[in-house]
Amino acid sequence: MSLLRVEGLTAFYGPAQALFGVDLAVAEGEVVALMGRNGMGKTTTIRAVTGLVPAKGTRRFAGRDLHGKPVHRIARAGIGLVPEGRRLFASLTVRENLFAAARPGPWDAAAVHRLFPRLAERAHQPAGTLSGGEQQMLAIGRALATNPRLLILDEATEGLAPLVRAEIWEAIAALARTGMAILAVDKSLADLCRLADRAVILDRGRDVWTGQPGDLDEATAARLLGV
Amino acid sequence: MTAERWLNALVLPALGLVALAAHLGDAPFTVTLATRAAIFALAAVGLNVALGMGGLVSLGHAAFFGLGGYAMGILAWHAQTYQPLQIGPLAIAGTTSMPVVWLVAIAASALAAVPIGLLALRTAGVYFIMITLAFGQMFYFFAISWPAYGGEDGLSIYVRNGFPGLNTLVPIQFFGLVFGLLCGACALAAFLRRSPFGLALNAARQSPERVRAAGIEPDRLRLAAFVVSAAITGLAGALFADLNRFVSPAMFSWQLSGEIMVFVILGGVGRLMGPVLGAALFVAMEHVLGGISPYWHVFLGLVLLAVVLFARGGIAALLTGRAHG
Repeated sequence: MSLLRVEGLTAFYGPAQALFGVDLAVAEGEVVALMGRNGMGKTTTIRAVTGLVPAKGTRRFAGRDLHGKPVHRIARAGIGLVPEGRRLFASLTVRENLFAAARPGPWDAAAVHRLFPRLAERAHQPAGTLSGGEQQMLAIGRALATNPRLLILDEATEGLAPLVRAEIWEAIAALARTGMAILAVDKSLADLCRLADRAVILDRGRDVWTGQPGDLDEATAARLLGV
Repeated sequence: MTAERWLNALVLPALGLVALAAHLGDAPFTVTLATRAAIFALAAVGLNVALGMGGLVSLGHAAFFGLGGYAMGILAWHAQTYQPLQIGPLAIAGTTSMPVVWLVAIAASALAAVPIGLLALRTAGVYFIMITLAFGQMFYFFAISWPAYGGEDGLSIYVRNGFPGLNTLVPIQFFGLVFGLLCGACALAAFLRRSPFGLALNAARQSPERVRAAGIEPDRLRLAAFVVSAAITGLAGALFADLNRFVSPAMFSWQLSGEIMVFVILGGVGRLMGPVLGAALFVAMEHVLGGISPYWHVFLGLVLLAVVLFARGGIAALLTGRAHG
């Protein structure tokens, strides 16, 4: 059974329609890659699922209807979002960022520190003074501290040095091994496909291809992803 | 220890020592001045919960200060005149017991803050300021036009309320009570700042949307902060009424709301000891400069201008440098 099931999702930015009926499902413990060229609706899909942009269509999570629920209720239902561009609480320390939205569960500060030992060293430093990679780790850590059942990663490795990026991918892989369901959008398709159980490709606001990343042939990839 | 921690550790003992030294030096008036500073500080600590932590610029906190004052005044007046307070079929005897008055003041302010907060929090920015100001003025004009409790003339209370085991008419003993409550309120504020509630409130000031995405509704946090803030300010109002043994509609005036805000801004918005520093400086200036010229507010204005222009973060920032949070 799907943990997250989205059917016929449509969304508008003012008069401009951004999504034209997207279908998407993430099963318990599954890693799903959401792919597509720039401007095809990846981030909008994520924002529509988490309630950050108004949307129509079926959105069910863990058997619950998300339609019409405010953002914080959707988050509380168990969806942890790591938004694009990191977006930490810059003046709060690392520890305070983790603590501010924490909910009880296996992902306490100690567990986050085991995943990202660097955060433990920086616990009392304001988040705004961290390096890009550390900020990204903290953004993931903050989402984990809410003890979600589904983690949504929007461009989690964007703008990071290759070594740091590798470190983040390793952590995401480790998370996947713990059985965390993950829905990820990322520019580094090779890394993403290596990890994903399934891929969904969006084109102009529609889902046009779904399958295992290995089954994606070159012609389709070139056409839909521009690679 | 950082400079900020030193400041946090030293300000309250310093205020206590001033009062104690004045008491030992047989200067009861200075003890009373210190009491006045401590009461204003308590009101400002209350406002700082809303303003500093929640970013809620309330220009109506005199409403809560006045409610606390009138809670004390009304209960004491009924006790003095031996007339029970008639609320519908209920007849409640007045009281001159401070702990009871404090509880009533806290409850009345917190209760009033719920509908005011619910309405005001639907707005933001300048509209929030205007709505809170409007509520403050409603209380002010109601108090003026309500003859039962003195109307414009206010209520005089002949005997200061009592506290079990103390003689509250002795300045240093009354100061001790006020000082204890101020310390308690500061401890509560310090605890709130570090709690998940305070952190999320702080985070919501930076980005409400991110806080929502983490599963927290910022408006609920803000309402809670507003209510706690009002309750502390209300308690200060009850103590202020006891200090002066007089309650008047002036306690509800928007000038008083402004003064409480001046304490916070002078001392340092969002800094734990900012309100205490600001209130102490205000009372000191009021006393020293007020003795020189009745137009001493001019100098206060200059100091406030200097703080806003050159020392964002108030005296606390001047003493300890960069703000955290």
